[in-house]
Order: sequence, then C-alpha cells, then structure tokens
Amino acid sequence: MADMNEVWVYLSASPLMFLTLTLAAFQAGTWLYDRSGHKPFLNPVLTAVILVVGLLTLSNTNYETYFEGAQFVHFLLGPATVALAIPLYRQFDRVRRSALALITSLLCGSLTAIGTATGLGWLLGASRETLMSLAPKSVTAPVAMGITEQLGGLPSLTAVLVILTGILGAILGPPLLTLIGVKDQRARGLALGTASHGIGTARALRTNELAGAFSGLAMGLNALATAILLPILWRLFF
Amino acid sequence: MLSALTLILTCQLVGELVTRFLGLPLPGPVAGMVLLFALLAIKRNVPRDVGVVADTLLKNLALLFVPAGVGVMAHFGLLGQDWLPISVALVGSTLATIAVTGLVMSRLARASAAGDGDANNG
Repeated sequence: MADMNEVWVYLSASPLMFLTLTLAAFQAGTWLYDRSGHKPFLNPVLTAVILVVGLLTLSNTNYETYFEGAQFVHFLLGPATVALAIPLYRQFDRVRRSALALITSLLCGSLTAIGTATGLGWLLGASRETLMSLAPKSVTAPVAMGITEQLGGLPSLTAVLVILTGILGAILGPPLLTLIGVKDQRARGLALGTASHGIGTARALRTNELAGAFSGLAMGLNALATAILLPILWRLFF
Repeated sequence: MLSALTLILTCQLVGELVTRFLGLPLPGPVAGMVLLFALLAIKRNVPRDVGVVADTLLKNLALLFVPAGVGVMAHFGLLGQDWLPISVALVGSTLATIAVTGLVMSRLARASAAGDGDANNG
C-alpha cells in the first residue's frame, strides 16, 4: 500500500483535488440551501467558502496551492459575464423602455455605494489602506481591483471585500426589498446588480429572468460608473 | 455546443483586446458582453446552441465566485485588525445601496410605465 503522505503530495500537486473540492463544497451548499427551503443566510456561496476554508486550514494548505486547482472554475467567470448578453437580449425591449429610470437609479445607487462604504469606514476609524480597498466594494471583482490599485489600496483585499459584499447582498437584498415594498422585478434586479455585482445577479437570475437581465446590466454599468466617479470623488475628499 | 463556446470565448478575447488597447475602465468580459449583445441584435435571434451554453453557465454563476471567496483566508490578519469598520461599512453600505437603487427605480419605472401610452412622453 502506498504511503498516505506520498498520495497526499501527489494529489495536492494536481488540480484535480481542489477542483473537485470546490464543486463538492458548492453542491453541499446548494443541497443545504434547498433542504432548508431556501433560507437566505444558507447562501450556497457562503457555505462553500466556509467549508473550503475550513478544510484548507485543517490540512494546512495555503491559498495559492488551492487556487492552482480552483482557477479553472474561476476562469469561467469571464465567459459567464459574456453570456449575460443573452438574458439582456431576451429582455431588451423592457430594458429600453425604462432606460432613463434605469440610468438615474443606477447613478444614485453607485454614489450611495461609494459614499456609505467610505463614510462608514472612515467614521469608525478604518486605516487609509482599508478605506481605499473598501471604496469599490460593490463593483465586479476585476474592475474593483483595478480601481483599488489606482487609488493605492490592496487589490487582493478588495477581491475579498467584493465577494463578501456580493454574499451579503444576495442574503439581505431580497428580504430588504420586500420589506420596503419594492415588488417590481426590474427594480429588484437593478438593486441587486448595482449593490452586489455578479453574486447579486446570480441570486436575481434564480428567481426571475427579467430581474436577472436588469441585474447583469446594472453590474456592467456600475463597473463603468464607479471606475469613472470614484477616482474623482476620492481626490475631492481625501 | 462547441461553436457556441467558441463564439463566447471569442467575444471575451476581443473584449480584452479592445479594453486594453483603448485603455477603457471596463473589464474585458463586460466589453465582450456588449459585443455579443450587438451580434445578437444584428442577427435578431439567439441561436439555440448559444442559448443552451449561456443558460448552463448562468445557472451555475454563483459557483464561479467560490475560488475568489476562499481568498478571505489570505486576509484574516487585515480583516481582524479593522473588523469593526469593515463589517459595519459592508453591511450598512450594501443595505443602503440596495434600498436606494430599488426605491428610486420602482418610483421612476412606475412613472415611466404610466407614461408609456402617451406618445408625447417620448
């Protein structure tokens, strides 16, 4: 019989193990979410992240080793973003009819995201580096990381804050929107996409294609708006 | 199936090239989404294969964020240091953004829908 240690060394050097772990953890998360009757706080991404971080910590594996396997899943974010063109195309008539309302609400949302994130962080004494990494937290990860780099923050910290924002939005967003009486699927999708980018869009697509189309569009437009607005606002205030 | 995947990847690649060359503040895939949308608008329908591949990718969109999310373990130190401002800012700002965007849009969309039948409302 082969030495356990040898098997471990072999497996941890190939992408197979961490790729499988990522898929299995997400399956477990989805199973739990479905079993619970879709309890918002049992968000599948959150469960999967907790499971994977737990197992990596227990097995003393660092993030870089894990990512070598998981990068194949991560890569698909690009093609999936391109694929958002399809729900957008299918729903485009309704998008076009509310274009002006959409742009106005998006700008309000984008400014709220930047203003409240930096404002609250500043009030509670976050370091300058943290503030710079926090400012673009509602924007899809690749753009947010670019903006942070430009400001002088930590892009990898931004990536984490972006994902946490996405999970928070997916968990808290739908009940909050229901609570404040926003029933319009266009408004629900737009709010989720503006505040929590792709994870919000994934959540919106789960319930309604119209909400998903508005959410995907909001994600793209908010990336553009924040990339333009944030560096200007930052220079004005800091 | 294969041709649909090739089309999507090509859009992404062209998107990357265009944003890099023009120095646009947009990620390549978002430019790729705009490009694919333009192609569909010219063609005036969604080819069946493309629809199937896109729907499959999007049905599992949440999964694709797991590897980046696990990155949290590389930042426990910094997150621990500034945990209070970070958690209040994340929760507060996410709630505020969702509420503001949702409320403004539902008011404005209702107003514009009411004017839909009015030709002078352009």
